[in-house]
Amino acid sequence: MQDLSVRIGSLALKNPVMVASGTFGYAREFKGLCDPGKLGAIVTKTITVRPRQGNPVPRTCETPSGMINSIGLENPGIDAFLDEKLPVMQKYGVPVIVSIASEKDPEEFVALTRRLDKIRAVAAIELNISCPNMKKKRLIAQDARATASCVRTVRKATGKTLITKLSPNVTDITRIALAAQNAGSDALALINTVQGMVIDVEARRPKIAQAVGGLSGPAIRPIAVRMVWEAYKKVGIPLIGMGGIMDTQSALEFFIAGATAISVGTANFIEPGIAAEIVSGLEEHLRKNKLAGIKEIIGSLRAGLA
Amino acid sequence: MSALQTDATIKANGRVAHRFSRIVLEAPELSRTARPGNFVMVKVPDAAGALLRRPLSIHKAEAGRGRIELLYEIVGPGTCALSRKKAGESINVIGPLGNGFDFHSQQRDALNILVAGGIGVAPLVFLAQRLKKGKMLALIGARTAAHILCAADFRKLGCAVRIATDDGSAGLRGRVTDLLVDVLMRREKDFCPVLYGCGPKPMLEAIARVCRENRMQAQVSLEAHMACGIGACLGCVVQTTRGYERVCKEGPVFRIDDLVW
Ligand SMILES: Cc1cc2nc3c(=O)[nH]c(=O)nc-3n(C[C@H](O)[C@H](O)[C@H](O)COP(=O)(O)OP(=O)(O)OC[C@H]3O[C@@H](n4cnc5c(N)ncnc54)[C@H](O)[C@@H]3O)c2cc1C
Ligand SMILES: Cc1cc2nc3c(=O)[nH]c(=O)nc-3n(C[C@H](O)[C@H](O)[C@H](O)COP(=O)(O)O)c2cc1C
Ligand code: FES
Repeated sequence: MQDLSVRIGSLALKNPVMVASGTFGYAREFKGLCDPGKLGAIVTKTITVRPRQGNPVPRTCETPSGMINSIGLENPGIDAFLDEKLPVMQKYGVPVIVSIASEKDPEEFVALTRRLDKIRAVAAIELNISCPNMKKKRLIAQDARATASCVRTVRKATGKTLITKLSPNVTDITRIALAAQNAGSDALALINTVQGMVIDVEARRPKIAQAVGGLSGPAIRPIAVRMVWEAYKKVGIPLIGMGGIMDTQSALEFFIAGATAISVGTANFIEPGIAAEIVSGLEEHLRKNKLAGIKEIIGSLRAGLA
Repeated sequence: MSALQTDATIKANGRVAHRFSRIVLEAPELSRTARPGNFVMVKVPDAAGALLRRPLSIHKAEAGRGRIELLYEIVGPGTCALSRKKAGESINVIGPLGNGFDFHSQQRDALNILVAGGIGVAPLVFLAQRLKKGKMLALIGARTAAHILCAADFRKLGCAVRIATDDGSAGLRGRVTDLLVDVLMRREKDFCPVLYGCGPKPMLEAIARVCRENRMQAQVSLEAHMACGIGACLGCVVQTTRGYERVCKEGPVFRIDDLVW
């Protein structure tokens, strides 16, 4: 048996394959299509203090090798989440990582964190400071100082594993990554979606209502792999890599670049069982290459040409 | 009932009319569990360069033979690639998805009016297969005579059929809602009209007006751009009197007076 286990902060995962926030619903939606019990962890849709009805429609459209979304963090709010969604999610026997965002920084981040901190079924907290669809002029994750201050404040409110989710829409990802690490984040999740836009030429209108949305899928994979690699060289905390992972092969790119774990996003929509399949795929890859565990691959990129 | 993912063998696939094709799939489970108004998410063949699955309504289901049929209009890369698949090959589908039409409380004295615009006939033929009580009338609207679909299918199922075309090349020249108004004016008073509709949004909006004026119940099947089709991405929502609801999960069939236009 190959050892797929990894640690993210104080959280032990039986394998390094998770599902990305907002792409796996609250797990129940995948009934009969994917067994969440096989995954390393499940990440929830981003939750806010109050319910959010989200952005106007159309909210999604397809792009070359990807899609754009502008959901606008539609979610039932923390109360309904804890009452209705979490009890179902915890039944799979897999760590549940709760993604949170705030409409009022940093008070709501702190309020949410305090509530989640008391709940056993919450394995870790992911700070979504990088959602491009919240009508904010600037994301926290686009400013190293704002990132540091947000993470530092939230850090004081919880002893649980804290993951900070970074935006690719920055000039230098390593500055933000370092800021989050130095402020006490236990791990980094990267990348969130890349800002993009599509125009319907006949109508001369943007194809999604908010004009600009977040690009995901294979189109952004090279950007994501590059950013994981850059961050890996600068920070010491575990990285959770994501962006266009469609299969075992693309997942492996992220491990080699330096990710300790990976998240499957858009691919869940096309092959709902793919995250679970990647778990077996990784094991198979290790076996074929006579490697004892996934840790032997993490950050194993060889320099230059062969 | 939960959805399942399956590789379905293609039994037949070919043109039925101008840019419209029909595909017959061997899918025993689906053929048993599917209800009228359900849809499937079809994986687009690799070569098409399309990433997301495409939603298509279940057009017919025959549990006895273990088959379902889809009827599709070739409009872009996904449906074009689908039209090139041959009998004997297979496609991957997820389904049955969505809520389906609610016709169980249907009365013996119902006049079931099925209103279809263009490719909107697809789910209504399946509904006509399953409606057991009352009379059935199909109103089909299309651009030209060449775009009319399924008139023979409806007749075979015991459905009276009336047609409207934009250019008058068949049936009434005008809109399918003109037909509807006419039918409601002349109807026999001892039958209670109930409407089931599927078609482009302007047509559904016009139906909503007619229904309001006539205090008539109606259910309509909506379209929205779908990334997942299973309720996970929250991309496909529509504004209802209860707030946003997912077309793929709470729909695609909605009571017409629950929708906010
Ligand atoms: C619940 C549901 C049931 C449907 N049933 C049928 C059916 O039985 N037969 C049929 O021919 N079509 C049906 N459609 C529409 C069908 O999904 C689209 O025509 C198809 O996805 C187009 O894909 P494409 O790659 O060929 O074209 P694309 O190039 O992707 O699109 C061509 C056109 O179709 C529109 N379109 C693309 N994706 C969707 C989508 N997910 N929903 C609505 N419009 C879309 C685009 O905006 C564009 O105008 C249904 C849609 C929904 C939501
Ligand atoms: C429809 C959709 C909704 C998303 N919602 C969220 C969200 O609520 N919170 C979040 O942190 N990321 C969200 N994301 C971003 C993903 O978690 C992920 O970072 C991104 O899609 C890149 O991975 P992918 O290319 O594998 O999809 C969403 C992505 C999609 C496609
Ligand atoms: S298409 Fe994803 S929620 Fe409906």
